[in-house]
Amino acid sequence: MAFLEIRNLTRRFKGKAVLEDLSLSVERGETVAVFGPSGSGKTVLLRLIAGVDRPDGGEIRLDGVDLTEQPPDRRDIGMAFQNFALYPHMSAYANIASPLRAKGASEDEIRAQVREVAALLRIDHVLTHAPRELSNGQKQRTALARALVQRPGVLLLDDPLRNVDAKLRYEMRIELPRVLARFQTTVLYVTQDYREAMALGQRVGVLEGGSFRQIGPPETVYAEPATVDVARLFGDPTIILFRRRIESDGNGAWTEFLGARIPVGAAADAGAACLVGIRPEHVQVAPAPIPDAVAVVLDAVTPLNVRTLLLLKDRDGEEIVATCPEEDAARFPRGHRDVWARIDPSRALVFDDRTGLRLPSGRI
Amino acid sequence: MQHHRQSAIARAIRGVLLTLVGLFFLFPIFWVVLMSFQTNADILRTPPSLFFTPTLDNYVALITGQLDTAVGSLKISYMRNLWNSLVLSSASVALSLLLGIPAAYAFARYRFRLGENIAFTLLSFRFAPPLLVLLPLLLYFQDLGLYDTYIGLVWVYQLITLPLILWIVRGYFEDISPDIEHAYRVDGHGWLATFLKIAVPLARPGIAAAALLAFIFAWNNFVFALILGSSDVQPVTVGALAFITASGIQYGQIAAGLVLSMLPTLVLALLAQRYLVEGLSLGAVKG
Repeated sequence: MAFLEIRNLTRRFKGKAVLEDLSLSVERGETVAVFGPSGSGKTVLLRLIAGVDRPDGGEIRLDGVDLTEQPPDRRDIGMAFQNFALYPHMSAYANIASPLRAKGASEDEIRAQVREVAALLRIDHVLTHAPRELSNGQKQRTALARALVQRPGVLLLDDPLRNVDAKLRYEMRIELPRVLARFQTTVLYVTQDYREAMALGQRVGVLEGGSFRQIGPPETVYAEPATVDVARLFGDPTIILFRRRIESDGNGAWTEFLGARIPVGAAADAGAACLVGIRPEHVQVAPAPIPDAVAVVLDAVTPLNVRTLLLLKDRDGEEIVATCPEEDAARFPRGHRDVWARIDPSRALVFDDRTGLRLPSGRI
Repeated sequence: MQHHRQSAIARAIRGVLLTLVGLFFLFPIFWVVLMSFQTNADILRTPPSLFFTPTLDNYVALITGQLDTAVGSLKISYMRNLWNSLVLSSASVALSLLLGIPAAYAFARYRFRLGENIAFTLLSFRFAPPLLVLLPLLLYFQDLGLYDTYIGLVWVYQLITLPLILWIVRGYFEDISPDIEHAYRVDGHGWLATFLKIAVPLARPGIAAAALLAFIFAWNNFVFALILGSSDVQPVTVGALAFITASGIQYGQIAAGLVLSMLPTLVLALLAQRYLVEGLSLGAVKG
């Protein structure tokens, strides 16, 4: 059995299920990013694990012990709240010391541990400040320090980078794995940002509509999304999708996009509607003809920060979004012009139009 | 330029209006203070005059408890009344805080059966006329031996102070983010520690404001003590009746008594002015 085991967890508000039959296993020391759009129940899940909210069904086990009926103070869990939830009438030091005080640690022990975690998070110079005197970044670090200081069995981080500015967010995205590794704790990290989820999670759980749609390593979730909804949640610009039909002949089932034949696994019925998805970075665009490429019209070139976005139109007038590295963008002066585009069929994803499930790919 | 002149005029008008309002409300207090330094003869002179020889006789009479009138001397126990007022108001507020703060917390944080109805019933004590309950209370109090005791009056005063404290403090508790309390629980503290170390300190301004308001309301109460106690336990509001004597109304002493009875609440209100305004407006919005 896994270290943290959640089984069939259900939580309803006014009869409406926010979490339904949600299950998750997390190994000791593992970091799982819980990623989903707002309102998908990410925070509710953390609150149920922390014990500040009660589930309507299901169970939560930590290291084999059933926590479901335990009050929050008996759970060996640390949580950093999205709004920081610092105690306004206590200094940063007293905030961080709070879990240790609850355990009845000696003042010497408390001082040593608070200093250590504060130094690690680089807030040791503001420990005497009250929360209102701290910057947003310092508040967030203080909240994190408070959750970490008691070395909890499970650390719950509720979108901790949501309320800090972009620069700090990048800094913390790099720094957090180092801090978490140092404490060797089991982490559930909630975020609305797929980049954060992929950067920090050893596994990513995609939460939507009250349960996990897919749980897996970030590369797998990105490259082999279980459903079209999961595919859509990753990438910026996100995956482009086109409605097609499954064709079938002696060589098996296939569908077509941008002149490329995309084989589909045996399960597909000929004539059935499907969605072909391709990530914009997998559309290769060239100013001159290249093998297997189709002539398209370049409608617009929009430089983003690292990649440049190209808006194409094929001969049927379908709009295709592609991206290319910034340094390649010089080959495409702005303005309407003819270019050539091709895709790698092995990178294309095919989804059932009705269920949204990904169809297995066929042999190429 | 035009705009500037207009705003100068507006400022002047506002100043005049504020002065008028101030005069309207402060004049009676000013007049009472003047009266407290006058003899009855000065007070009753027509037309009244601002020029007189100030005298401390009224205060001396109150403090020594010896009231000399034209027809003879009279024992009064005004200082005792003042003491009673202090005891009754402080004890009532203390008891209400003890009962009201946990109750306010429960109403703010938990939904329970009939919760809103109970809260509203408590509030309704504030708008039911006291006379409605006084007669039955008098009979019960006489049976129970509570008539003419501090305990009996403090108990009845809960009708005044408890709803006030409950409703104002509840609003303050509701304003505290529940996440702050949740964080403290997750840290490993029990619910009682969370209530005492987080909720109560964070609601302190509201508690101070509510306590002050309740104190003033209790201090100003007249009718409960009039019916349910004798002069041994009666506060200043009732004690002032003693100045209506057979030989006439002792306006000077009444005025001096009023000034003395105003002082404690005035001092308290000035000390906690900021909290008071905050508490009043919050009570109004949150109700």
